[in-house]
Amino acid sequence: MDFGTEKTALDAKIVTTIGNPNTGKSTLFNRLTGLRQQVSNFPGVTVEYAKGRLALEEFHLELIDVPGTYSLTAQSPDEIVAVDVLQGAVPEIPLPDAVIIVIDSTNLRRNLFLCTQVLEAGIPAVIALNMTDSLPALGIEINYPTLEEILGIPLIPVSASTGDGIADLKTAVVNTLRKPTPNRDLAICPDIDKAIEQLLSLFAKHQVSSIEMRRAFIDKDGLADERLSGRLGEPYSQLRDELRSGLGKGRSISAIEARDRYSWINAALKKVQSVQDPNKNKAVEVLDRVLNQPLIGSLIFVLTMGAVFQAVFAWASPLIELINLGVAALSQVSSDYLGDGLISSFVSNGLISGVGSVIVFLPQILILFIFIIILEDTGYISRAAFLMDRVMRGMGLSGQAFIPMLSSFACAVPGIMGTRIMADRHDRLATILAAPFMTCSARLPVYSLLIGTFIPNTHVFGGFIYLQGLTLLFLYLLGIVGGGITALIVSLLFWKRKKSTFLLEMPPYRLPKLSNVAIKLYGRAVVFLKRAGTIIFSVAVLVWVLASFPMGNGTKTEMPPSISHSYLGQMSKAVHPLFAPLGWDWKVTAGVIASFPAREVIIAALATIYAVDLSSDGKATPLSEKIKNAMHENGTKVYTIPMVLGLLVFYALCLQCMATVAVIRKETETWTWPIISWVYMTSLGYGGAFLVYQVGTAMAWAT
Amino acid sequence: MKTTLAKMHVGQTGEISGFHESDQTVENLLQMGLTEGSAIEILRLAPSGDPIECRVSGYSLSMRKMDAELVIVTI
Repeated sequence: MDFGTEKTALDAKIVTTIGNPNTGKSTLFNRLTGLRQQVSNFPGVTVEYAKGRLALEEFHLELIDVPGTYSLTAQSPDEIVAVDVLQGAVPEIPLPDAVIIVIDSTNLRRNLFLCTQVLEAGIPAVIALNMTDSLPALGIEINYPTLEEILGIPLIPVSASTGDGIADLKTAVVNTLRKPTPNRDLAICPDIDKAIEQLLSLFAKHQVSSIEMRRAFIDKDGLADERLSGRLGEPYSQLRDELRSGLGKGRSISAIEARDRYSWINAALKKVQSVQDPNKNKAVEVLDRVLNQPLIGSLIFVLTMGAVFQAVFAWASPLIELINLGVAALSQVSSDYLGDGLISSFVSNGLISGVGSVIVFLPQILILFIFIIILEDTGYISRAAFLMDRVMRGMGLSGQAFIPMLSSFACAVPGIMGTRIMADRHDRLATILAAPFMTCSARLPVYSLLIGTFIPNTHVFGGFIYLQGLTLLFLYLLGIVGGGITALIVSLLFWKRKKSTFLLEMPPYRLPKLSNVAIKLYGRAVVFLKRAGTIIFSVAVLVWVLASFPMGNGTKTEMPPSISHSYLGQMSKAVHPLFAPLGWDWKVTAGVIASFPAREVIIAALATIYAVDLSSDGKATPLSEKIKNAMHENGTKVYTIPMVLGLLVFYALCLQCMATVAVIRKETETWTWPIISWVYMTSLGYGGAFLVYQVGTAMAWAT
Repeated sequence: MKTTLAKMHVGQTGEISGFHESDQTVENLLQMGLTEGSAIEILRLAPSGDPIECRVSGYSLSMRKMDAELVIVTI
């Protein structure tokens, strides 16, 4: 794989693929570029696109895959991306030399809506008419030459999944690049066209692209409109309003456009498409009926989600253990080889464990994404969103938030990365901020140490339930409630900005293609390692520095240096008064601070602080003895029941996970949200622990 | 007889004849192909009765009942 430089070669031709969601666009893109592709973010927005290279005859193509969209309507930042690519306004992506419009031939009517909108941008185009192999079974016949004649651009029937027609498509692209022909004026909305011409000629010296002017005029208060109002000022807004009210007479121009366009498409379809009674595919029909039976459907849904959760949780743990063992062995080897000293400690405890703390997330991310990609490619993910929409609405979210939330019970990192499937950006933000509350697998070792050591394992409620299990259940519920309330707060904050709608296409079930799953999975892994990995790694090294310096007295330093003398230890002692109201001594404080990068680190940190040897079998048995007997300076026990419960609540609510912070930063493209999330969750954790300790202690006194 | 999409039962078919109010949701519905004169059929409801799934313009679309209330259908 040669990604070469990020910059586009000077002689490269830019070709974009654009089309509705569920048209097999990414399968086609993968077929054209294979692994010579990378996933990037459009600057400034959280919308991702794939970019790939392809050599065709005398041309070097740079293929840009625009995210699937139903319309060029530019209402939100995510949606204006397609418009901006088509007018060459995205930094680093020049104006395309040609567009490949991908159309699902089994759903011609709705697909032609976007297709004709794209043709109005005036960029030379070819149509890849996909899924033509499914037409006979559906009883649909399409007259290709007539459709090509009506649209005025080359139309190539293809099947991205079998590869049929791909060679013809390549030839058509080459021909278009050699001899670009302007698109024919389809005269779909002549009145709107006229108004746009008037606006364009009046503001000719401002060099507004025709597609931007079109979207600005049609989509009232959309982003193109907002941008042009700012750029062209009062004269534009005035003329625009005049033209709009003359044309619309109170009706929305966007609605007029949609109606005009569909009546044009209806007329065209009469000439090119005939639909007979479909030859129903028995197997698919039976499957569909079974999956949609309310009872069986719900059962299958629960089983599928249970399997996903179980797989992420259980299959990943041996791999994670393997990675941890490998990292430990590697740092042992390096410290044996490098001997004692600063460099040795830096390599084994800083570098190697830093890299380890990044790749340890890969098993869960990859396993979860295998499932998400398969669920996406089969079309079941839309079904899951449909089934869960009502439940998720209780938290102000939509059904699409369900899978990311479920995944977060294993790990919030893949869960947050999984929010990409969500169309609505505010729903997505709410889900991202709620996800870290779910009880992830990193909280479990902390819970099991504290609960196992301090909560008596007695029966309650008539002997059916153990107190330890009940405590664990309470912590899970606390996370769910915390996340739910958080999501609700976020959606209430953004309530006025957008009426939440849930319009979701239910694609037909399709068999996923292995190569497609592999390419997408590879893309996810690279994105995680490159973007989140760098942050996680840097913080891991920083923690090593804080825990290692300054070194002990004298020249011969003890390795590892005792945390007590390190900056980390000094910091803990300095900030300890802040945590005293939670019942913590400075040692607990140091353990908690050391575990801000990753919660489970508190066990290793406490072990170091209490000077327990954990390495022999990795079990925390000696540690539990130590903490049971830990005393305050005045001789009272540190780990009282109220303090332990408070500490558990702290771990349930606090955002002690730099990987999550890094992923929130990556997914929201700003530091604002990770900082807000961190401050918010840390305050909740502190408040919760304070409340539990103070109330608990008071009650203990009272009895 | 005129009703709204939200009030139709599973298996019932009709023809879209208009919309109750003109806002962005209706613009979205129009762009998704729910134009006047299009045939529409209710395929199924989610277990709680909401959202609904319908077949329109040759594909399946799910939407919440509150949005389906805006779609006037002649049955």
